[in-house]
This record gives sequence, structure tokens and C-alpha cells, in this order.
Amino acid sequence: MLEAKNISKSFPGVKALQNVNFTFYAGKVNAILGENGAGKSTLLKVLTGVYQDYEGDILLDGEKVTFESVKAAQLAGVGIIHQELNLIPSLSIAENIFLGNEVKNTFGVLNDMEMESRSAELLQQVNLNISPNTKVESLKVGEQQLVEIAKALLIETHVLLMDEPTSALTDKEIDRLHGIIAKLKAEGKAIVYISHKMDELFRIADTYTVLRDGQTVGAGEMSETTEANLISLMVGREVQIPPKSQGKAAGEVSLKVENLNLPHPTIKNRNLLDDINLELRKGEILGIFGLMGAGRTELLESIFGLNSRNLQGETLINGEQVKISSPQVAKNHGLAFLTEDRKSEGLVLGMDLSANIGLTTLKNGTLLQAGKEAETAKKYINELSIKTPSESQLAVNLSGGNQQKVVLAKWLDTFPEILMLDEPTRGIDINAKSEIYDLIAKLAESGKSILLVSSEIPEILALSDRILVMAEGKITAEFKAGEVTEEILLKKAI
Amino acid sequence: MNKELLKKSQSLLALFALCLVITLLSDKFMTTTNLWNVLRQISVNVCISVGMTLVVLMAGIDLSVGSVLAFSSAVCAGLLKSGLEFQSFDLFVGFTVLGGVLVALLVGLLMGLFNGFVITKFSIPPFVATLAMLTIARGATMLYTKGIPISNLGSSFEFIGSGWLLGIPLPVWISLIVVLVMVFVTKKTTFGRYIYAIGGNEKAAFLSGINVNRVKLWVYGLAGTMAAIGGVLVTSRLNSAQPNAGVSYELDSIAAVVIGGTSLSGGVGTVTGTVIGAAIIGVLNNGLVLLDVSPFWQQVVKGGVILLAVIIDRKSKGSK
Ligand SMILES: Nc1ncnc2c1ncn2[C@@H]1O[C@H](COP(=O)(O)OP(=O)(O)OP(=O)(O)O)[C@@H](O)[C@H]1O
Ligand SMILES: [Mg+2]
Repeated sequence: MLEAKNISKSFPGVKALQNVNFTFYAGKVNAILGENGAGKSTLLKVLTGVYQDYEGDILLDGEKVTFESVKAAQLAGVGIIHQELNLIPSLSIAENIFLGNEVKNTFGVLNDMEMESRSAELLQQVNLNISPNTKVESLKVGEQQLVEIAKALLIETHVLLMDEPTSALTDKEIDRLHGIIAKLKAEGKAIVYISHKMDELFRIADTYTVLRDGQTVGAGEMSETTEANLISLMVGREVQIPPKSQGKAAGEVSLKVENLNLPHPTIKNRNLLDDINLELRKGEILGIFGLMGAGRTELLESIFGLNSRNLQGETLINGEQVKISSPQVAKNHGLAFLTEDRKSEGLVLGMDLSANIGLTTLKNGTLLQAGKEAETAKKYINELSIKTPSESQLAVNLSGGNQQKVVLAKWLDTFPEILMLDEPTRGIDINAKSEIYDLIAKLAESGKSILLVSSEIPEILALSDRILVMAEGKITAEFKAGEVTEEILLKKAI
Repeated sequence: MNKELLKKSQSLLALFALCLVITLLSDKFMTTTNLWNVLRQISVNVCISVGMTLVVLMAGIDLSVGSVLAFSSAVCAGLLKSGLEFQSFDLFVGFTVLGGVLVALLVGLLMGLFNGFVITKFSIPPFVATLAMLTIARGATMLYTKGIPISNLGSSFEFIGSGWLLGIPLPVWISLIVVLVMVFVTKKTTFGRYIYAIGGNEKAAFLSGINVNRVKLWVYGLAGTMAAIGGVLVTSRLNSAQPNAGVSYELDSIAAVVIGGTSLSGGVGTVTGTVIGAAIIGVLNNGLVLLDVSPFWQQVVKGGVILLAVIIDRKSKGSK
């Protein structure tokens, strides 16, 4: 049992936690809910020794504990899966899993065989069928997330804290993770679980604690509450859940892709993208659904000029054939690409918010316009309700969901004609999500074309006018809005 | 912003403390002749280090600055001394001081651009590419000078390194201009913003549509140019281009950059910080000579100071 009494923690200009109280029980899944920036991740970091300068007491099985490091927390049986991926790209999966817990033989030499075979077992548990020798840098975000989970499973813990472990996973992997959690729960472990996905919380969580602006505003049993009730606790008012899109008439073709093929970099006779043909119209939102590894991200990357060296096929914009050889060229053709991994691809973490938003719109060989940049940033802070003390806050200091909004802002500010979104609402809370849905719908209404990749079926269904399903680099099905259900989508994706 | 100021005041404080200690130990330090002398010496390292700052901000490194300095100086001196002769055309071109200097800068620029080209085109780590340039340029210098200094370059050329303007040594003016221009470039232009962005997260910068390779190319080009400026100052001060000029200058300039608070992993740091770093090293060098410390001990002390500076820097970052 893990208890907290009056925990408070501040950052310069931000009271992240104020007198937070809770009890997390062994043998239960304890959910923490709250909007972006509510203080959830900070709370977990306080509990695991990442931050030591907090007020209040942490009690583990009734005894007061203070952890001076993450390692100390681990030794006391408290493990964590962080919201942001913390793997070392240049090391292999096995090396990452065993980082800091290496297995050595009697001479102190690393026992690679042992580590690899145990990594392979752990990977099997999380259903990731990749060799443990693979370098992490070649993995997609979702796969990295699975490696993080495998890494957490390596260590025997009594309490396992999970900060949005499913934000980058598709339904299949989520089910698998839920299976693992059920097992851990049966072993009497206390699981603490953060997620913005309501339906999953109702499936697996036993208790809930809701944070709002760093304070506990509610707690209880999941079975005694409703989604609407939880949301109103989180937001402080009622929120409309967006209805499914009914589809609408679209204009001329703005983007056309013909016979796109992308060979696998190492395996012969295999294509990451296999004969892709698609048309995107003005004012249309085209959803692309698929499981992990289906080639969704590769498709967007290829259109954006990232694979131009190996790519075969044709791209037409407004009927004219174009050769997109780099992101710059893509940008000049009115394309924008919101990438999947905000930390490694989206943000310069050490720069402030306004500089990050400005990155896409700077003109070569000109002077910076600090005033204008700040004004733009302020506009988006307002429009997307980014929670931050000011526009000069460093990106690294924002909460995960708010970072995501900054990446969105930086592309919105290029006023693109064709907007490609790869998991645009990853880690974004339910209230902000519906605002972003509105925004996307409005962009489409004003004649922009939108290509939406998402692992969340409800998101695809809520926004798309048309849906393509991808599997193993191919397009396997196409549906109009309103004529498809979750089950059919999933079936076509396998 | 505040943190930056705090950091700068910290290193400024260290500089003053150093000056104070040396003043207490030697009465030769606080004399106008000595101080001008120190400033004149610092100017060279400032020019080189400002270029190095741009490179390091981008998470790169340039080990070739010392050799580039030597080669561009040698070319400059050679042209001033004996001009260009095309025997087959029976043509002789003499060079004015301005012409010689411009060619030196051009040579520095080209060598820097070559560094940048190799780094971006073949994805060779900057450390390796510029290490190669370090020996190539040094070898080229030896070939060009045949290992013999090129001296007596004329009094108007000598004026650049030894002359005064409005009561201040000319090299100090020149380095001041270099600093002001680069402060402006790093803080106020999109090019400067690109440098910080690439150092902070190259992938994100690339995906934002920034031409990362072109920025890199020019930054290495600038670093070469500024090494050449340093070369002109050294050469004209001595009125002679030495084949082994600038040996191990890359170390002093990396030290100045690091002491000035620029992170070797890129994205963080300032040109003005580097200037303070260069001043600390310059004053230290001067003080050690004035105090008659043996050259061997000088090196040990200098190394110790670099370590200390970086440790303090890390500490103040960690506590934040
Ligand atoms: N290192 C930091 N420096 C300054 N402020 C910070 C820092 N870390 C977090 N904050 C601020 O503390 C608040 C709480 O952040 P936290 O990351 O705990 O939110 P969260 O509930 O996990 O949000 P999300 O759902 O977006 O992940 C936010 O306002 C955030 O900007
Ligand atoms: Mg969080």
C-alpha cells in the first residue's frame, strides 16, 4: 500500500502539486486522472525519487520513506514507466532493458547470452516479435513503449507506476498490456495507472484519484462512478463528447499518390510500402487506420520527402507532379507533418515555447522578430489552451500533453493546405482533445485537406470522412464515414 | 534569460577574482602596458573562439582552427612578400595589404567550407573530419613555407597587429567587431536560431523544414574565416608567418568556449560567455608568466582551471 500525505511540489512560477492526498492499494489498479498539466506525472516523479524537494510524507506499507534516487525507489520495490520514452537509441533492446541491472559472471564480465535470452522472454510477454539485438533507434514509438514496459517487468516490484503506457499503442497491444496488468494484480502488486483513455480505465481500474490544478478533487471506486462524472471532476464542468462524423462532400483532389513503393532497407523483396494509391480532396479528412508496423508513419514520412532516396512512385499536388526531396520542399508545397514522437522529432526541448512554434516559419537570411514570435505563441497558447506560465517557458518544462499542443501549433502556423497528422492527440486530455477535433474539423471546412493517422478508433471514426485501412504496407480496405464499425476496422487491419 | 545572466555574472566574477589575485601577487599586472598587451593577446583567441562557439552550439567541434590559421597566414604572407607569378604567361601580380588579407580570409572560408562539406556530404563526425583537416592544413603550411618563416611583410601590414586607433590597439577593435557581429547573428537572425535549434535537436530542426546541411556548411565556413582573422592578427603582430603558428590553438579556444558556459552537447551557450572564457584564459596565461611559474606548471594550472570552471558550471545547472 502506498500512501501520500499533503504532498506539495512547485517549479518556478508553477505550483504543480498542492496538498495531494491519496492511498493506492495492493492488488488493485489505481487510476490517476486529470487534464494536461494537472500534475500527474509530477506526482509519480515525486513518488519515485526523481524529485526530492517536495513537502509532505510518502508512506509505503505504513512506514515513512524518502527516496534519494530512482535506484533507491527501485530497491524499495517501487518501479515506474515514465510518460516520455527514456531509452538510449544507440543501444540494443537487451542493453536497454538491462541498463543499470546488467547481469555479470563471476569475473565481472557482462553475460550477454543470459541478458539476451531473458530479454527475448520479456519481449514475448509484451508481444513484441523483434530480436533483442535490434537497436532501439530503428523502432517506432509504439514498439519503444513496449520495450519500456518489458524493462519495467524485469525488476521485481511491489508498486508499479505507469504514466500513460498506452498512449502510443494500438488496441491489440493495449489488450496484451491489460493481460499483463491483470497478472501483476493477481500477484498482489499495487498498480498506479495514468491514462487519458476513459474506456480503458473503466476496463481495468479499480479505484480513481482525480487531480485538478495540482489538487486532489475526488477519489473513489471506479465501479461507483461514470465517465461523465469523472470528466466533470477533471475539467470542472460538463464536456461534450464528439459524435461520429457523417462525412461530407469534398472538393477537388489536392494530393494524389500513385504506385508508391518503399523497399525494406535490409530485407530483400519486402516492401515497407507496397503499391500505395490514394487521393485526398480539399476539405476532406482522410483517416488511416492500422496496427503497429502497418506502414502508416512510413507513408506520411514518404509523402513528406523523408525517404526520397529509395522511394518509387509519383506524388501529385493539385494535379501537378512534384518531386518532394526534403521536408523543406514539402513545406513549400503547402504540406505540414505533425510527427508522432514529440520529444525526439517534434520539439527542441531546450528552447522556449515561442521559439519552438517559430521554427517552421523562419525565413532564411532574415532577422528574428521576437515581438511577432511572442505574439504568435500567445495566440496559440490561447487557442489551444496550452498550460504554461508564459510563452518563454522552456519546452522541456511543459507537461506531455502541452508539449504535444506546441508541436501542433508549430505546424498550424505554417497555414498548410495539406495537413498530415500522425497521432495528433497522443497524451492529450479529453477536454483538449475535443477542442482539437473541433479545430481539425474547422480546418477541413475551410478547404484544407487532412490526412489523419491514429491508433484510436474512436478518433478515426469521429473525424474521418473516409477511412483507409493499412496492413503490412498495403491498403487493405476503404470505407466511407458512417458505414463502418470498430469491429470491421480491426478485422481489416490484421 | 535570468539563468543566462546569473551564469555570466558568475564567470565575470571568476575573471575579477583572478585579476585580483594576480594583482596582489605581482605589481606588474595592473600596468597599462601589460593590460593592453593582455587584451591584444586575447583578441586572437577571441576571434577563433567565437567561430568555435557557433560550431559547438551546433553540437559540433572544429579541431582544425590552429592549422587553418597557419595556412591562411602563410598564404597571406607569401602573397604580400612575393606576389603571384605565372611564369608561362610571363605575368606577375603584386598584392596590396587589403588584397592579401582578403585572400587569407577566403582561404580560411574555403577550408572551413571544406570541413562542412565533408561532414554533411559523407556524414563523417566533425571530430574526425576536422582532425583530418588539422594535419592536412598543417602539412600544406609546411609545404608552402618549406618550413621557413616568411618575414618582413611591410609596415602597413604590421600596423594591423601592432597599431593603435583612438588609444586602443587595433586587434582589440577587430575582435570587438567580430564579437558584436556574431552576438547579433546568434541572437537576432534566423541563421542564429537555426544554429541553436540544430544543436538542441537536429532531427526536429530538419523535420521543421530547416536546411540543416546548409547551416552546418556555413557555420564551419565561418569558423574557418574567423581562424583566418586570428591568423592575420598573429602574423601582422610578428610581421612574420610562422610555419608552426597556431599549434594547439584549438585547445585554448575549446577551453574558452567551455569555460564560457557553452555545452559541448549543443544548443546552450552564448558568444559573450566565450569572450569571458577567453579573457579568463588570457589573464591566467599572462599571470602565470608574470609570476614566473615554470611552463610545465603553467599547463597543469591551466588544466586545473578548466576543470574547475566546468565543475562549477555543472553544479549551478544541477541545482536548478
Ligand atoms: N521541470 C519542470 N519545470 C517547470 N514546470 C514544470 C516542470 N515539470 C512540470 N512542470 C509543470 O507542472 C505542471 C504539472 O505537470 P505534469 O507533467 O505533472 O502534468 P500531467 O498531469 O502529467 O500532464 P499530461 O497529461 O499533459 O502529461 C505543468 O503545469 C507543467 O508545466
Ligand atoms: Mg504527464
